[in-house]
Amino acid sequence: MAFELIIFYIFSAILVGSALAVVVVRNPVYAALFLVLAFFTCAGIWLLLEAEFLAITLVLVYVGAVMVLFLFVVMMLDIDLAPLKEGFIKFLPVGIAVGVIILIQMAMILGPENFGLEKFATPEAQGSDYSNTKALGRILYTTYVYPFEIAAVILLVAIIAAIALTLRKRPETKSQNVAEQVKVRRDDRVRLVKMPATKKDEVQS
Amino acid sequence: MITLSHFLILGAILFCISMAGIFINRKNVIILLMAIELMLLAVNINFVAFSYYLNDLSGQIFVFFILTVAAAEAAIGLAILIVLFRNKRTINVDSLDSLKG
Repeated sequence: MAFELIIFYIFSAILVGSALAVVVVRNPVYAALFLVLAFFTCAGIWLLLEAEFLAITLVLVYVGAVMVLFLFVVMMLDIDLAPLKEGFIKFLPVGIAVGVIILIQMAMILGPENFGLEKFATPEAQGSDYSNTKALGRILYTTYVYPFEIAAVILLVAIIAAIALTLRKRPETKSQNVAEQVKVRRDDRVRLVKMPATKKDEVQS
Repeated sequence: MITLSHFLILGAILFCISMAGIFINRKNVIILLMAIELMLLAVNINFVAFSYYLNDLSGQIFVFFILTVAAAEAAIGLAILIVLFRNKRTINVDSLDSLKG
């Protein structure tokens, strides 16, 4: 059990450190990379909580898709970083003060006297034949099938919205009008010319 | 022995860090989006921890849906960011004053 606690503290330290780095570093590329580290470490913590499917999903969806999208956008935009850091020092005391106060307030509620082992005992570890994915799928496709469909529609709307936002027509670029091309008949393009035949030596002279 | 409050306080720390990040990085839209992602991660830690200690899989289902919506939000947010940069040549929040509100 102490081994799990050590693992938890190591992962938590990495997670908190990388989260701090995300909000503090100057370069957005480094921030995105630290966010990748945070998500990865959080997947490890979820594995401690026996949420194997979600841990893998976090790595695949977040690290694999969302963070790559972030990195892509951050590297594509040519950002002037100097004006974006204005006010960093000015708002630093306020940010730290608000964060620490809220953290203290939450820690007073969430401490071991309310959520300790007496109130919430550690559940029995599942056997080796237990599949978290199978159990999740069993209730996802029965009890929660309607929200699942709505989630699919949300993703579809997100695809359409993202494409519609970033698509642009530029008048200066040349493009083909496919309808015009299909509409063309042979007579519009080909003209047969009738001319008398000539001999080779006549042409040379 | 790891207790539930370990995970809850870890989530609280993560949430406060990302909230302080929103305070101190108020000019940079990219960092703001990243801080929002961190906040969602903190909430997800709470959901998974409660799901484990209450032995109820519904919490993990909820995290599944949060991941879906967060992915959609990130995609649309970055699309808006690209359109913003294309029109203004900057992503400074202070330059978003076209509506004169």
